[in-house]
Amino acid sequence: MGKKSWKAWLYLLPAALFLGVFMVYPLIDVFIYSLEEGYNFASQTYYDIGLYNYSYVLHDPYFLQALKNTFILVLITVPVSTGLALLISVGLSSIEKVRQLYQTVYFLPYVTNTLAVGLVFMILFKQTPYSDGLMNVVLGLFGMEPIDFITGPYWAKMLVLCVYTVWVVMPFKVLILTGALASVNQNYYDAAKVDGTSRFHIFTWVTLPMISPSLFYLIITGFIGAFKAYSDAVALFGTDLNVAEMNTIVGYVYDMLYGNSGGYPSYASAAAIVLFAIVLTITCINLLVSKKHVHYE
Amino acid sequence: MKVVLQNLTKKFPNRNKKIKDDVVAVDDFTFEIPDGKLIGLLGPSGCGKSTTLHLLSGLQEPTCGKIFFGDEDVTDLPAEHRGVGLVFQNYALYPHLTVEKNIMFPLRNRRGADKLTKQQMREKALEAAKLVQLEELMDRKPSELSGGQQQRVAIARALVKMPKILLLDEPLSNLDARLRLQTREEIRRIQRSTGITTVFVTHDQEEAMSISDLIVVMKEGRVHQIGKPQAVYDDPVNLFVAQFLGTPPINVFEGEIKGEKLYIGGAAVLEVSGVADQPVYAGVRPEGFTVAENGALCCGLTEVEVMGRDITVVASHESFLGEEIRAIVSADNDLEGQKQVRFDLKPGKVHLFAKDTQQRIRFGG
Repeated sequence: MGKKSWKAWLYLLPAALFLGVFMVYPLIDVFIYSLEEGYNFASQTYYDIGLYNYSYVLHDPYFLQALKNTFILVLITVPVSTGLALLISVGLSSIEKVRQLYQTVYFLPYVTNTLAVGLVFMILFKQTPYSDGLMNVVLGLFGMEPIDFITGPYWAKMLVLCVYTVWVVMPFKVLILTGALASVNQNYYDAAKVDGTSRFHIFTWVTLPMISPSLFYLIITGFIGAFKAYSDAVALFGTDLNVAEMNTIVGYVYDMLYGNSGGYPSYASAAAIVLFAIVLTITCINLLVSKKHVHYE
Repeated sequence: MKVVLQNLTKKFPNRNKKIKDDVVAVDDFTFEIPDGKLIGLLGPSGCGKSTTLHLLSGLQEPTCGKIFFGDEDVTDLPAEHRGVGLVFQNYALYPHLTVEKNIMFPLRNRRGADKLTKQQMREKALEAAKLVQLEELMDRKPSELSGGQQQRVAIARALVKMPKILLLDEPLSNLDARLRLQTREEIRRIQRSTGITTVFVTHDQEEAMSISDLIVVMKEGRVHQIGKPQAVYDDPVNLFVAQFLGTPPINVFEGEIKGEKLYIGGAAVLEVSGVADQPVYAGVRPEGFTVAENGALCCGLTEVEVMGRDITVVASHESFLGEEIRAIVSADNDLEGQKQVRFDLKPGKVHLFAKDTQQRIRFGG
């Protein structure tokens, strides 16, 4: 080791130490937990090393329910929120007068507490002895039967969860995309216009490639964020998510550790590792796809 | 295609909201650009030359006035239907597309009967690339090219659609000195070989003089003079035009006309018949001086710069406006060791301007 690299390591030490203790060690520890069969929390002992925990988790109907919920959530909310954010950002960039006001309005959900937002959604969707919820009132105007969005059919609950998630994650995406759009030099648009490019093609041939790095960043972080969803479901359906059929993978991990059926760190670890594997796979696929479509200057 | 500007005016609202008056970027332009010529719009920053170019391209709409391409009134025609090629100062090449795709870009926009097959587009792109000698670099991305090469890609992209007119916005300002010389010759060559009416904007008078068929000298939104470069140089209409053209710049003295003679600092230096007595500015081109033992204009000698064929005499005079007089004289003159130098002036290289209006005062020799 040369003198210089010795110094470099020294400078890196504080960060490396913290990352090691709080990130790397727990990661390894979780992996080890997930392989310890019949782990006893009280005596800190286990019978054997193997894959039983994984097998248990993958056969647990609650986990499968959580897996399904998470996938539906990811597949709906990531494209919808990114698409809507793109639409809103393009809209915001093309107005001039009240842009600041609209930007503030769109950014509000970002600074609003999750549970407060949950409360708002309750008012919108929950049926109480006094009211059917605002949404049902609106549906009633079109002559539709009231739907119980919070404790009713699965699709209604999923719909509310998706709307909620999209609403919560959108402001950040709008923020990033309006920034990206503003950084595209006006000359590119002028050049395209002089060359007779239609508005649609200016968007697809010029704007999209120019903001593709930001868009890609949002898609990657969107996928990861959606796979890690938990608090949104709690805000809407309470802590007993298994009963509500609205559990997510992270929710399942939490339940296995601390919930009513908790006290099984091995199962929780196995579930966490499964989630990690899924996120890693999806991210790798994203990276591969992006090579062709994302243009860094 | 000839281009006619008729009373063209462009006003912008003032950025400072307290000032109600609009900023007039282009003030009542009327002139005609003949078919197939290379025109230089020349002026200092903020003179409205880029705005004029944007009005021609259709990216900006005039406040009033009209623009004709040939006999067609294009004033209300949006940019995409005007068929102009525009080269931006920063080139505006799409960074995500290769050189070939950048050049093909305007062709991809064609619709209906004009639509080209991919093969036709490639052929046309290659043709345009050959014109600017880029055919070797078709697969590169703009970031892998030098400034001069990027510039040529931008020109090829503007030319590929066979524009009615070609507009160049400060085409050489981002290039280094050597490349600038080379590229301006290139622009001249391309313009000649395609015969497309070309308008380019520059603040560099040397650039404009060297390649333009006609130059339009502008200042603060007004056209001051239009003409062939040499004619404008030899016969400026006012002090601004005289000072703006020429390197080294014209030497301006404070002077006075008395009895049809020009006096500078008390000495009668030139016969000027037909001019009434009045205070004037006298502009003398650097090549308008001849060293003479009994010369009328006596200046302090600061320095002599040798340039081979000629020498530049750097001198001073109490009536001179500016830092130092620069006179270019024959290298035969030996001025070594002298503290003073005496000049005679060549009448054709001396221009008189009224002190109040700064307009040219013509005189007989």
